[in-house]
Amino acid sequence: MVFIDVKNVSKVYGTEENPTYALRDVSFSIEKGEFVSLMGPSGSGKSTLLHILGFLDKHTNGIYRFNGKTMDDFSQEELAKVRNKKMGFVFQQFNLLARASVLENVTLPLLYSGVNKTLWEKKAKDKIEAVGLTHRINHTPAQLSGGEKQRVAIARALINDPDVIFADEPTGNLDSKTGKDVMEIIQSLNKNDKRTVILITHETYTAEHAKRIIYIRDGKVESDTFVKKQRRAHDEFKK
Amino acid sequence: MNINYSFKTAYRGLLSNKSRSFLTMLGIIIGIAAIILIVSIGKGAEQLILTQVEGMGADMIVVRPGQQPTGPSDIADTLFSDSLTKGDIEALQKKNNVPDLISIAPAVMVTGSVSYQGETYRPTMFGWSAEFMSDMFNVYPERGVLFGQDEIDQLSRVVVIGSKVEDELFGEDNALGQKIKIKDQNFRVIGIFPQHGQAMFFNIDEIVLIPYSTAQTYLLGINHYHEVMLRIGNSENIDRATHDIEITLRDRHDISDPKDDDFFIESQQGVVDQIGTILNVLTLFLSSVVAISLVVGGIGVMNIMLVSVTERTKEIGLRKAIGATNNDILFQFLIESTMLTFVGGIIGILLGATLSFLSSIILTYALSDSWSFSFPFSAALLGVTVSSAVGVVFGLYPARKASKKSPIEALRYE
Repeated sequence: MVFIDVKNVSKVYGTEENPTYALRDVSFSIEKGEFVSLMGPSGSGKSTLLHILGFLDKHTNGIYRFNGKTMDDFSQEELAKVRNKKMGFVFQQFNLLARASVLENVTLPLLYSGVNKTLWEKKAKDKIEAVGLTHRINHTPAQLSGGEKQRVAIARALINDPDVIFADEPTGNLDSKTGKDVMEIIQSLNKNDKRTVILITHETYTAEHAKRIIYIRDGKVESDTFVKKQRRAHDEFKK
Repeated sequence: MNINYSFKTAYRGLLSNKSRSFLTMLGIIIGIAAIILIVSIGKGAEQLILTQVEGMGADMIVVRPGQQPTGPSDIADTLFSDSLTKGDIEALQKKNNVPDLISIAPAVMVTGSVSYQGETYRPTMFGWSAEFMSDMFNVYPERGVLFGQDEIDQLSRVVVIGSKVEDELFGEDNALGQKIKIKDQNFRVIGIFPQHGQAMFFNIDEIVLIPYSTAQTYLLGINHYHEVMLRIGNSENIDRATHDIEITLRDRHDISDPKDDDFFIESQQGVVDQIGTILNVLTLFLSSVVAISLVVGGIGVMNIMLVSVTERTKEIGLRKAIGATNNDILFQFLIESTMLTFVGGIIGILLGATLSFLSSIILTYALSDSWSFSFPFSAALLGVTVSSAVGVVFGLYPARKASKKSPIEALRYE
């Protein structure tokens, strides 16, 4: 079933006389459980696309349906709820709260979820264990390595068991070894947990960890292909 | 949104920027401390004045001639009104007219200077009953005696003087038995008060007391009194006695309508009420000046909150991306600004209480009179409320600004 449905979506900045197209007639659809890389050089419009997919930004033309619903079907509060419950975000810059511990950072989305507070710690500890950071639970981000920070961010994205994970250059600030670490976790989210994962990257190598690559250039979909031989972060790490 | 968590976050935010938070709070701290100080000192002053007024006796009634003054010019009328005379005193002294009366003494005010062998001095001069005054303020001559009813009846030319009057006229010498000149007439000093200081509206050290009848006849040439003081047995009977006095005087002056009264009656309670009103007005005025400083403090808070919102743009973006609504963000920043001013208010109250306690010690020392320190609970409550309100009011704009930030703009912010 179609989960993410993008039809002729455009994003235009600037004035009507002098428009700048960030996205131009972009169309594709993604089904539940897919692992897709949105790939393209910087300035190609892939981040804009991710923002639109994540209901963080509104497209100018076309139709975008998330699970059958458009952004206009929701009020501002409901959009926040969708982001909170159905979507998980992982950013290149990690975006952790510097003064809060690992546990508190992972708990943060629950603050806006209406989840009973007695369950917070248990839920958070499960996710922290899943990314292998139980021993760091009371540390602050400043005491963690880059890879560890990104694993905290992944645990945070997972806390409400979202349907889709949006990962925006998750390895962009990491060295190749810790990058592989993070990719292994992201891959397992798709393979083992059957979660839809949408990965943004400008590197072919990273993009090939997905099963499908949508290549974006100058705001347009240039190609949409399945990966012949999906890279296995786990195997490479073993070698 | 979880309230506990919001408080924790706000608290941590404030602690992580200790010196900035403190400087921001300073305006609020000073404002609230000033309120506490003003109210506390106001209360202390009121207490001090009340103690002095009540020292004169809560069972005292004063009858003045003329109509109740409503302005400064009316007070002059009182001095020139001649409606209270010896006949009134005699009527009031009758047991069946005013049964609660213990003692009564008329008084006249004398202006001018006194002299002794070329030395002159302008004292506070009263034609009064020395015994009555001594009982009233509980101060008796350290040398010599008072004059009593005999001297008053005989129009004796005697005076009882305060310690400063003696110092000014006689220097080191003893004034007792000497003759001083008032309006070119000789008066014999028969008593000297010890050093005593301020007693209500005059200083006993600067006083010259003359038998009122003597002053009327030889110094003023009048038959009326400027005021008549009555001591009532029990302060609870003040209202009854006041009524009796009114009836007696109206009867003697042939007055049927109280609006035509040619006298008016004041009790200590009236004076106490007046002083209370004056102090309240003063406190209110000073407090409104302080309110301005709180507004300035609030602007400081707003300024810093705006800086904080900008600094934390990325955090706002993240929170929105993971599910915070605009109201969640608004609430978070509002709690932060309110906590800032609330803590400022608490510190201000503590500082104000400390300062007013210290000033009560200094004032006790400076006035050589006991100045009571009291912690103004109502002002403290007001201070906490006002400071929190400042946080809400001046935090609203920055918090709204934060809540309106677009998540992608915020996430992109470096």
